[in-house]
Amino acid sequence: MQIQSVRTEQVDWRQVLRFGGLAGVVILYTSAVGMVASFSQRSLVAGWLSLGEVLLFGAAFAGGYILAHRLVQLHRPGHVLLAGLVNGAMAGLPLTAVLLVAQLIDMRRIFVNISPALLELVSLGQGLPGLGLFVLTTAVLGLLGAGSRVTPDKWRRPVLTGLIGMVLIGLFSELFNQILRPILGRQTMGLFLLANSLRPLTAVGLFAVIATTTAVWQAKGQNLRDSVRTLPATRQTQLTWSGRALGVLILLSLPMILGLYLSEVLDNVGLFILMGLGLNIAVGLAGLLDLGYVANYAIGAYVMATLTTGGGPGGEGLMSFWAALPISVICAMIIGFVFALPVLRMRGDYLAIATLGFGEITRILVLSDWLAPILGGAQGILFIPKPELFGFVFRGPEQFYYIILAGCAVAIFVSWRLNNSRIGRKWMALREDEDVAASMGINLVKTKVLAFTISAAFGGLAGGIFAAKLGTVFPQSFTLLISINVLSLIIVGGMGSVPGVIMGAFVLVGLPELLREFAEYRLLLYGALLVVMMRSRPEGLWPSETRRRELHSDEDEPPLDEIPGATEFNVEIETGVR
Amino acid sequence: MPKRLLENINFVSLFLAIFRISIIALIVIGSFNTLRAGTYTGQQWFNLVVSGLAQGSIYALIALGYTLVYGVLLMINFAHGEVFMAGAFTAFFVADALARSGFLNQNPILAILILLLVAALVSSSIAVLLERIAYRPLRTAPRLVPLITAIGASFFLQYTFRGLYGSGFRAYPQVEMLRGTWQVGGFTVPIVQPVVFIAALIMMLGLYYFVDRTRTGRAMRAVSEDKQAAALMGIDIDKIIVITFAVGGALAGAAGVMNGLYRPQGVSFIMGFFPGIKAFTAAVLGGIGNVPGAMLGGLFLGVFESVGPNLILEGLGVPAANQLKDAIAFTMLVLVLVFRPQGILGERLAEKKA
Repeated sequence: MQIQSVRTEQVDWRQVLRFGGLAGVVILYTSAVGMVASFSQRSLVAGWLSLGEVLLFGAAFAGGYILAHRLVQLHRPGHVLLAGLVNGAMAGLPLTAVLLVAQLIDMRRIFVNISPALLELVSLGQGLPGLGLFVLTTAVLGLLGAGSRVTPDKWRRPVLTGLIGMVLIGLFSELFNQILRPILGRQTMGLFLLANSLRPLTAVGLFAVIATTTAVWQAKGQNLRDSVRTLPATRQTQLTWSGRALGVLILLSLPMILGLYLSEVLDNVGLFILMGLGLNIAVGLAGLLDLGYVANYAIGAYVMATLTTGGGPGGEGLMSFWAALPISVICAMIIGFVFALPVLRMRGDYLAIATLGFGEITRILVLSDWLAPILGGAQGILFIPKPELFGFVFRGPEQFYYIILAGCAVAIFVSWRLNNSRIGRKWMALREDEDVAASMGINLVKTKVLAFTISAAFGGLAGGIFAAKLGTVFPQSFTLLISINVLSLIIVGGMGSVPGVIMGAFVLVGLPELLREFAEYRLLLYGALLVVMMRSRPEGLWPSETRRRELHSDEDEPPLDEIPGATEFNVEIETGVR
Repeated sequence: MPKRLLENINFVSLFLAIFRISIIALIVIGSFNTLRAGTYTGQQWFNLVVSGLAQGSIYALIALGYTLVYGVLLMINFAHGEVFMAGAFTAFFVADALARSGFLNQNPILAILILLLVAALVSSSIAVLLERIAYRPLRTAPRLVPLITAIGASFFLQYTFRGLYGSGFRAYPQVEMLRGTWQVGGFTVPIVQPVVFIAALIMMLGLYYFVDRTRTGRAMRAVSEDKQAAALMGIDIDKIIVITFAVGGALAGAAGVMNGLYRPQGVSFIMGFFPGIKAFTAAVLGGIGNVPGAMLGGLFLGVFESVGPNLILEGLGVPAANQLKDAIAFTMLVLVLVFRPQGILGERLAEKKA
């Protein structure tokens, strides 16, 4: 082997094969757990492309792209393309092999998803010979993936953005249909969409539009941003304020635009934002991993239910929704306080498991016959009246949206103020190191108890609203999964970051409700997300600045003089100004 | 400032003291009432204790996995319950096939050994994969990070097996040989209970021998004492950690099969959650990181959980006390964590964690 330049080095084919095998395992996994078959129910481009196929072939394409990304620095483009091809073929093989074996032995008794339906899907309806076609397709896609990495940036960005944009719009075409149909009419929508998926022509058109826009933005975007930046200061504030006003206006009119179903989704997202912000105080700020957060939610809901129902439909309860809501919050806070006391001395994992125990004890007690006379046992409590304000009845999700919006606004304001307050900084100190925090004069007991109590208040608020919105409460609504859900959303969004929690709630709660096919795999994806996030981006997608800095301290610590105020501080230390 | 601190500590200690006293009072009053009322015969109490021991030995096997991993990594493998589930669920299909071919009842001992082997292999490989993919990259990360990863891995595994094997509940086939009863000194015992108990005991003794007497076991103990020093003595830390996960996983898989023999019902993807939490309780009860402790903790928890609802709760006049069996286990968990986090036998925790 002669080394002429760096780029002609031999490709390490074993690595390519291993990489392809990995992509193949991913494809096999998603097929075997039934994701492919289930996602193929969602058609993106009518008759041409379903989400299942994106999953099946996307892995081959992405594998080729990532492989090429690794190789492109060192090797000739021809070699990289060949590597992509081999990688793609490898990616198709494991699933093909399993499906061939499945022809000989019936595996459905054990692996429920290795079924003829999967074969049909994978072989593109061609039966056994279609499997060869499948491997060929993955190979070509691997080649394309590698090819797209090799092509220059100018072409790659618009094409990839166009493809991704088209897939996303196809994914949410049902959503667009629901929003736009009342405005444009069924006829017009029918021109673009066919039964909630894009018509092929629409897809091509969308791809063209998005790709051109990206290309134009790539060329001209800098100018536009510059022209905004050079505007006079007054114009800039005008722009930001009008932007904000528009945002508030949109927020207030959302239920009217979105209709019943989407308002319901939005309500759920709102409730999870409330809980997420609450748990964020314990986990994100104070570093107290609380796995029993659902207990607060349950207590809020049950207090609301017991106080407002009065035996049978239309019965008068003890008090109205508005009087009961603060009591729900206060009860949740009291329970949060009581739960906090015994766990004060615990740290990290023990704390997490003890709180998990509290959550489960609460659920089992609520479910038991022992407390059934008060809490209704397994039947739960029915006929919770709807809240009323000056004769306006909050009947459905569209009206409840406003209550939840108000709750979220309060919660966001409180979290935002707490983040920058003295107590917020105490919590963060506690999170970093309890012993150091204590020796700095922070009262650990008070700080921890406060974190649990305030965090519980948000959960109680969410629970109270939830009970009134649903009109019934069942013990089954308050499982550990809720706690895990809330935990996942703050971790994916970014621990300790308010915008992160909001984004996390939209992504982890909103998306699965829009895409019903996801619902079954929701927890699978959450679990995978938690692992992936912890491995690659522990600070979350929208991190708070402190959190990001501390988790990546070893990688990109700015030199001391770049931290704002650091030089002044150093000067103060050195000269003893304080 | 010191005065205020003192006040706070007093308040919390007071609360905890009241908590502790009222728990003890409830236990005493409940037991006294039940015993005085004489609702249950000696035979019934004996049955409760023996079934508790059988269940407890299963908890103990799972608890060993927690304790071994905690020993070498100082982390709680939250997904260990799922490792148990993986073995139990996979072995179910083998058991089903064996039962249909008739092999299970012709040659029960060999069949059960095959089941144990399959379950141990599956659980072991899941545990090793878990370590390799989820935990190894995070060994130096801040404390909360591996814990959150473990929670994520736990749900990922649960729903992976749900996807692979389906979401329905299955039941292990009955083994004819284990169906009858034995007469022991005037008491009747279902055969399966002592069999499970003794089998678990043999495995635990085997593990004790492995950890205490073999070279690998010694290396394991060295790693759990001090990783750096062990590495300097030429021990391959990564290898030892993998072995630890594998051994813990194998025990959990075996526990899965015994659980299937003892309680055939309820094989499904969520079957790992409760045994996992309870085994964790057992591990903490015995002092986490302590091998004999986990065994004792498991047996104690099994018996307490089996006798507790009838003995304590019924005496307190709680209706349908058996519904609260899991609540008893969780209360036990919280009580142990609050009042004796170092466990009954363990003293090592005090220096390592606190």
